[in-house]
Amino acid sequence: MDTQPKIETKNLNFFYGSKQALRNINLVCADRRVTAIIGPSGCGKSTFIRTLNRMNDVIAGTRTEGEILLDGININSTAVDVVELRKNVGMVFQKPNPFPKSIFDNVAYGLRINNGKKRAQIEEIVEKSFVEAALWDEVKDRLRENAFALSGGQQQRLCIARALAVDPEVILFDEPCSALDPIATAKIEDLIMKMKKDYTVVIVTHNMQQAARVSDFTAFMMLGDLIEFDKTERIFTNPANKLTEDYITGRFG
Amino acid sequence: MDEPAEEKTMERQFDAELSALNEKLLHMARLAEESVALAVRSLKEREEALAQEVFKREGNVNLLEIEIDELCMRLLALRQPVASDLRFITSAMKIGSNLERVGDLAVNIAEVSVELLKQPPLKPLIDIPRMASLAQGMVKDALNAFVNRDEKLARSVCERDDEVDSLNDQVFRELLTYMMNDPATINRAVGLILIGRHLERIADHATNIGEDVIYLVIGKTIKHHIEEIRREAAAKAGKR
Repeated sequence: MDTQPKIETKNLNFFYGSKQALRNINLVCADRRVTAIIGPSGCGKSTFIRTLNRMNDVIAGTRTEGEILLDGININSTAVDVVELRKNVGMVFQKPNPFPKSIFDNVAYGLRINNGKKRAQIEEIVEKSFVEAALWDEVKDRLRENAFALSGGQQQRLCIARALAVDPEVILFDEPCSALDPIATAKIEDLIMKMKKDYTVVIVTHNMQQAARVSDFTAFMMLGDLIEFDKTERIFTNPANKLTEDYITGRFG
Repeated sequence: MDEPAEEKTMERQFDAELSALNEKLLHMARLAEESVALAVRSLKEREEALAQEVFKREGNVNLLEIEIDELCMRLLALRQPVASDLRFITSAMKIGSNLERVGDLAVNIAEVSVELLKQPPLKPLIDIPRMASLAQGMVKDALNAFVNRDEKLARSVCERDDEVDSLNDQVFRELLTYMMNDPATINRAVGLILIGRHLERIADHATNIGEDVIYLVIGKTIKHHIEEIRREAAAKAGKR
């Protein structure tokens, strides 16, 4: 790999009660690159991505074993503040989930609760975040409108702007386009490819073509195991593992 | 949660389309190979009718090339193939155009043969039939390697190319001496030199097909000793 690792999991196991959802996952997400996680339903890809900012903490009866290193620091150690972690490792979900607030306030929200930034500073960061999320031109004249007035694709970019506003280093995407039409999907994909200049991106997707289009590295998971991890180009032209081959060519019975 | 995917694999509609593509390639390969055989026989047996058979096949070979291209384009656009499916389709396109060239070269040989048949034989043919049978064998084995996804056989095809090249040099040198001794032989000698050259090109196309088959099977490019070239380029870049 010609890049530095940003996130590294070591022998990562994860349990929902007695059911093991991740088995011994050793995976490196490269700094300022896009890593895609693909695999059939129930393979653990969403569970995996949610371990990276401890979103699974909120589910009762779950247990994590092994290490998840972010810049070499174990995010599950007691020294790590989970609120800080989630600021640093932002997440965008399958369904756009704007707050029932104005377009502006959605993105300003994290800035206001996190630290007492001045109004002018907040406005500046909100604009910058909207620009980065490729939404500014569409919302700059309607910042006071309710966020639900936006289309689905715009709402999703609003959620991306909201995540960017608190200055993260990593953005996790969990099926970010599955509720969007092809045009909105293309915009998000284009955005993801641009984002890797500044951010490390991890994306879970059911859409293999999407993984092929946007990612630098692809991980294929099945039944909680990491089956294969390689450069995306390699996975889609010449995968090493027959299970990967069968999955991406649609041969799974 | 979905059922776990076991070892069993699913029959896909796509597989039927791929197998149709396979059939077309094999059909084309048979025609091209036959054309080479007929062209060389027409020369050796001094039989113009055999050359005419080659001309008859040319149209079909060309048609098949276009049909293969169209089918591949359609599958690429509509199925968005990946992994071995993708390698199969891109290889099929390349193999198709190599076979079309083989067919053309057979036509070229037949044309020269028709001209040569109008004159008495210059000399008994020894090396050219040897070249022909080597080149034909290479085309045949390249296609067998393709059918059976046989990397080893494909490699052996590529290795045989040197032998054809050196026979071609030998043919050229020998005919040169004829021409130097007697200018009256120039016309016929040049014809035979051209035939040698065409056979050598046929072997090259068979080698290309062999390389495509290796890529298809193992997903690695071996053309033009690319690994050495890349290593040297990397070493040079390192020094700078």
